Amino acid sequence: MPGKLKAKIVAGRHLPVMDRASDLTDAFVEVKFGNTTFKTDVYPKSLNPQWNSEWFKFEVDDEDLQDEPLQITVLDHDTYSANDAIGKVYIDIDPLLSSEAATVISGWFPIYDTIHGIRGEINVLVKVDLFNDLNRFRQSSCGVKFFCTTSIPRCYRAVMVHGFVEELVVNEDPEYQWIDRIRTPRASNEARQRLISLMSGELQRKIGLKVLEMGGNAVVGYLQCFDLEGESGLVVRAIGTACTLDKISNTYAPASAINPCNSSPSKDTKDSPQAVPSALGCRSTHSSPVHSASSRLSQGFSVSVPTLLFAGMKHRHRSSEGPRARQCRAGFGEEAPGVPLSSGPPTPLRAQTFSSFSPSKSYSRQSSSSDTELSLTPKTGMGSGGSAGKEAGPLKALLRQQTQSALEQREFPFFTLTSFPAGFLLHVGGVVSARSVKLLDRIHNPALGNTRSYKLLDWNSFTADEPETRDAWWEEIRQEIKSHAKALGCHAVVGYSESTSICEEVCILSASGTAAVLSSRFMQDGALDMDHRLSRQQAPVFTSGTEKGEGDMGSSASLGFEDLAPPGCGFCHIPYDELNMPFPAQLTYCHCCRRFKVPDVLFTTIDLPTEANVTGKGCLIQARLCRTKKKAQGEGNATAISNLLPFLEYELHTQLMNKLKLRSMNALFGLRIQISIGENMLLGLASATGVYLTPLPSPGGIQIAGKTPSDITYEQHISNMQKKINDTIAKNKELYEVNPPKLFTLDPEAFRCINTELVEEVIGSPIPEPRQRSRLFRSHSESSDEVSELDLSHGKKDAFVLEIDDTDAVEDIHSLLTDAPTPPGFYSCNTEIMPGIYNWTSALQMFTSVRVFRLSNVNLTNQGLNKVFNDLCENLLKSLYFKLRSMVPCCLCHLNFTVAVPEDELIQVAVTAVAMSFDKEQTLENGRQSCDKTLMKAITENEEQLQFPLELTAESSSNPLSSAKGLSEVSGALPSARAPSVDYSSFTDRCSSWIEQLRLKAHTIRRGSIKTMSSLEKASPLPEGRSRSLRSNRSYAGGSVAVVKMTPLSFIPGTKIIKYLGIINMFFIRETTSLREEGGVSGFLHSFIAEVFAMVRAHVAALGGNAVVSYSMKECVFMENPNKNQAQCLINVSGDAVIFVRESELEATPPQPQSASTQTSSSGEGT
Amino acid sequence: MTMELDVFVGNTTIIDEEVYQLWLDGFSVADAVKMRLENGALGECEVSGEVLHSDTMDQYRTFQMCERLLHCPSKLANQLLFQIPAHHQAMLIERYYEFDHMFAREVLGKKLSKGTKKDLDDISSKTGIALKSCRRQFDNFKRVFKVVEELKGPLAENVQHHFLLSDLLAKDYAAVVFFANSRFETGKKKLQYLSFQDFAFCACQLISYWTVGAVDNMMDDMDVDLEKEFLHDLKDLKVLVNDKDMLDQHKSLVCSQLRGRIRVFTEMEANFKNLSRALINIASKLTNTKDVRDLFIDLVEKFIEPCRSDKWTAGDLTLFLTHYTSTASTLETFRYQVIWERYMGVVKSCILKMYHD
Repeated sequence: MPGKLKAKIVAGRHLPVMDRASDLTDAFVEVKFGNTTFKTDVYPKSLNPQWNSEWFKFEVDDEDLQDEPLQITVLDHDTYSANDAIGKVYIDIDPLLSSEAATVISGWFPIYDTIHGIRGEINVLVKVDLFNDLNRFRQSSCGVKFFCTTSIPRCYRAVMVHGFVEELVVNEDPEYQWIDRIRTPRASNEARQRLISLMSGELQRKIGLKVLEMGGNAVVGYLQCFDLEGESGLVVRAIGTACTLDKISNTYAPASAINPCNSSPSKDTKDSPQAVPSALGCRSTHSSPVHSASSRLSQGFSVSVPTLLFAGMKHRHRSSEGPRARQCRAGFGEEAPGVPLSSGPPTPLRAQTFSSFSPSKSYSRQSSSSDTELSLTPKTGMGSGGSAGKEAGPLKALLRQQTQSALEQREFPFFTLTSFPAGFLLHVGGVVSARSVKLLDRIHNPALGNTRSYKLLDWNSFTADEPETRDAWWEEIRQEIKSHAKALGCHAVVGYSESTSICEEVCILSASGTAAVLSSRFMQDGALDMDHRLSRQQAPVFTSGTEKGEGDMGSSASLGFEDLAPPGCGFCHIPYDELNMPFPAQLTYCHCCRRFKVPDVLFTTIDLPTEANVTGKGCLIQARLCRTKKKAQGEGNATAISNLLPFLEYELHTQLMNKLKLRSMNALFGLRIQISIGENMLLGLASATGVYLTPLPSPGGIQIAGKTPSDITYEQHISNMQKKINDTIAKNKELYEVNPPKLFTLDPEAFRCINTELVEEVIGSPIPEPRQRSRLFRSHSESSDEVSELDLSHGKKDAFVLEIDDTDAVEDIHSLLTDAPTPPGFYSCNTEIMPGIYNWTSALQMFTSVRVFRLSNVNLTNQGLNKVFNDLCENLLKSLYFKLRSMVPCCLCHLNFTVAVPEDELIQVAVTAVAMSFDKEQTLENGRQSCDKTLMKAITENEEQLQFPLELTAESSSNPLSSAKGLSEVSGALPSARAPSVDYSSFTDRCSSWIEQLRLKAHTIRRGSIKTMSSLEKASPLPEGRSRSLRSNRSYAGGSVAVVKMTPLSFIPGTKIIKYLGIINMFFIRETTSLREEGGVSGFLHSFIAEVFAMVRAHVAALGGNAVVSYSMKECVFMENPNKNQAQCLINVSGDAVIFVRESELEATPPQPQSASTQTSSSGEGT
Repeated sequence: MTMELDVFVGNTTIIDEEVYQLWLDGFSVADAVKMRLENGALGECEVSGEVLHSDTMDQYRTFQMCERLLHCPSKLANQLLFQIPAHHQAMLIERYYEFDHMFAREVLGKKLSKGTKKDLDDISSKTGIALKSCRRQFDNFKRVFKVVEELKGPLAENVQHHFLLSDLLAKDYAAVVFFANSRFETGKKKLQYLSFQDFAFCACQLISYWTVGAVDNMMDDMDVDLEKEFLHDLKDLKVLVNDKDMLDQHKSLVCSQLRGRIRVFTEMEANFKNLSRALINIASKLTNTKDVRDLFIDLVEKFIEPCRSDKWTAGDLTLFLTHYTSTASTLETFRYQVIWERYMGVVKSCILKMYHD
């Protein structure tokens, strides 16, 4: 009996009238856990009963504690007939099982009924007494913390990142059981809710066990999904990243960034000894075989690139393989390279993906990345690489091998994180994704199959077969992702996620992520690498130092440190041998450091790294596509879908690329491609946040070319369009403040003084000449116009040509231009943060919007459909802007679109996002803002952070004679640089002198200094003063109900999260048989969503929290039958309950703990 | 091709005050969209009708869902369904209970029953206020009436406490409740020139001085009913007109005070006895419920109209009533000063309020 659960029912309020005669209710409560039930007394004739019950005690296994929810049912006592249920409350007690989370659940919970919605509230008190259980064979995993947040939670420090964990459980869907025909909808819904609650509890427990096995204590980026497969059952699956987290003891020290450098020194002491060894043993042995393999790999590459480039290629092939693969699971056939590719324009393909790596290095690091790698590295490294380019035979065999080995290993170098501790993410390859089409009806449904009379039972595949089948499906896809990543020269996949789309018996499984090279720092202790790139880690001090001195100045600031790549651009670099370039991509030298190659475009699924050098602001970019499909059944349907998929992906990709260019940006973050299947159409929606990464070359424009040049009017038409496009580009540049020249002029000047020897260093590479050329012209360029002009004509990268040869292309261009710009004062992105906006206020509005569109015209063409879909999304966005107009200036962050085809002619789009306002004045004062940013950063780093960067920034603000002056002058000059007349010569002079100073400083810094403390104290007042002035006018008193903020982001601006109370993972069903009376479908859904929000808030408040971060609505399945006046909706939401405090409230305490801890750590450093 | 479903739900409920007003005014969604487009209050945002329609629908739905809570405003603060900032809660409640004086004027003094509710469409067409809005206002009256009818203590305070309204609005409701309870006649043609404010003022006077609560707040009785004892005592005032000596004395005292000070002195002098009789008669009849109901019509017919036909100015009237009241107290044989002043104080201010065109 390792646990005692105690519950007390205090009172109820606002109960519904259950007795028409008296207009009152005789309420009592049943409290159920597992198979034990307690009842309170009946509180007669009251709508506000005061039960004040005794403590109901349940003695249970901790396994049950994890799986089961506490179930509270409120009933109306009826002497003569059966008692009527008023409603229920399910309370997940998992948060009480972790010592660091909540200790008690106490508060008002809405009483929820699946037919009537919320009916009053009940006040409940729940506690758990856990007894320590040292049984090694235990099945529970109490104490493992779960976070939906896809970064290291803010008040924790990552000691170790163990890697990917996944699990899935399967059950029969109660809605499809025979009994459902005779029971009430309410009973059926409740059975379903309860089952899913149980299943997710079980899932979480199982994942927890895996984490414990790996030596971790937490799961970050926990993503749980439901697949409602209808007849074939209900799948609940989850993925996450296992970590060992350390709670940062000083609650006031913000943990936002886990400091890379300090973690290594501190590691020896902090790492739990058990955790490390498992990872350690065999690592280094692999480096040499890998080495040789990798060179072969890159050769193979050149041939097969198209396939590997963008996931699209591979899955195209993959997906077409889908149905076949189903029949012969490992049979993975034919030619890998997708044929359709060759016909497509080269640019979109080349896009993001080529990653590259210096073979030796990345592989050795790869070997250290996680346990999975161990067995796989040698095989697949050679395997996929070698075979990809040659013939398919070996590929097949090898892949099979891979699958097998994976089955044995059951682990992948995947990370569900989207943002990382500084220094963890070294290089980003590009997006990798895989899709597979599966037929559900072929899966025998064994576990509960006997309940069905109409289905033949396959006794051979008895129980538990199904989860295995599903597991195998996902294994397959993960293997593919992994091999894609390998092909891109990356050993890990970050920002990884999985999803499904189900229509009847066809199911598309999708997985995507970003191929990346990670630092071994968080993987293990050893793995020292002599590679020069690793030297960056040996001087991590500077890495993060420069990152702080960042902003516009980041790139130049970093120049002072000769032997390391600045973090602002490091992740874009391709440490790659250009001679073996896999495809005709344009590599250029990084515009920041000038030493490493970068691609011309970069696509990723992760968040923009905070240290990234970005010019201007970002914006949401969406590609939308709709394709008709013939209605079909079973296998035919699956084949049809697989055949359509590649085209869909290709077009989405082209659209993304075009739109990116139209905004003159060169990188996408947070890319999420969703493909949804319906009976007679396929929907594709790709969302991402476009930014201009300073290190990457400026994108060329878009040129339109006609195929039939004879006609004059036609020519005119084309030139008109061209003009429109050019205008739009120019407008967008202004709108998003993408004005590269300013930075460029700064950069080369800066470089000139220190870079000379570097040129010789790199001279062996094939590209130095163009680089020099470009540098030359850049240093001459004085005005922005000139540069952009030159940029356009520069090199071949401009050759992005749209050919108008058919109506399709015309459509494309139209759709390009019809995207309405965001109204003034609004920005939007689908990532956590918006580059270029730092001064958030605490005004925050999370919202969910759902639209369902009925296509009444059945004979729609593809174009027609496209337009409808496009308009639907555009109008939705417009509506959002309009509704939130009172928050201007504001940014819609984390805009998460979900599309579905619930029925034949219906398209459903659901959006969840948060609108956050920011201070306009400060945005304009660029200089001050960047200054502020640095300082804010310095302040928000925890005490584990480096001393040196603090000193750097602090001094720059405190010493008016030297660098500070330079900094302020430079940054002050930056905004004005946009004005036509600027004295550039003096400007650059100052710059270079400033850089000199920085360099000098760097030397002193490197020697380490104890000045830190004092300078830190000097630094602190400034940002605080600012925050104070910001917050002061923003305290509003709530009503008697505690205000609970919700946000899909992992933070709330202007606040510090001081405690994570546990994961919120709730599943609700709502059904109505009086749709019209409830205000039609909109009224029904509106109140349901409001109810879901209310229940989430209530649970958070009961845990003692005041906010939900990383909130998401994972599922919103809506079904209606207006003729029967019925509708049903299922919603699944999740997030992390937290307690936050306003920064302004922390003011009283701040400097002491920080400086104290800094002192200790710096002295520690000294010894 | 139609939008089948279109919802927007914010964690903090977004409330557009302009749309709220349109909803309260009973406009249909289509009309509201039209009005919003016309108002151009949308400023720089270029928005299509479509966007406006969607927004308006959302807002209307939100209001409909909130309406249930607004019926019991104290619930709004501790319900969990909508997270509404406090200042918005107050606004929602205040605006919901605000009413058109035009409408209130029509309903004033009527029984708040189903019968009256059926006449709402007449009122709607007469006042130009949408029927929907009329219904809401009528239901509000009825709801407030039901709640405070049986409560002890000051009427306005009760309203304010239960419905969380502002002082002003609570007072207006007190007037409505008071009129509905006593069923004062306000519908007669001769009373049509009086506005709701006029009556509200009178009601306030009556509540303040003539009810039980006016004498003693702690009394068990309620604020809604006039004090029976007081009404009964009013009969004693008859002496002022029945006793000829007293009447003459009273007249001469008033005349001496007013001579040369009012323009209509001669008319006053000629009419004094009639006027005085009118006022005293009204007072003495107040024991009958029927006559209580006719209080205002009596005041108009018996007193205000004669004055008006003689072209009294408001100033004249003020002076007259002031001295008419004060001199009676100086009459040696007059023993009912307290009752007299309690009666005349209210009557005087009511008449002055009602004396206009």
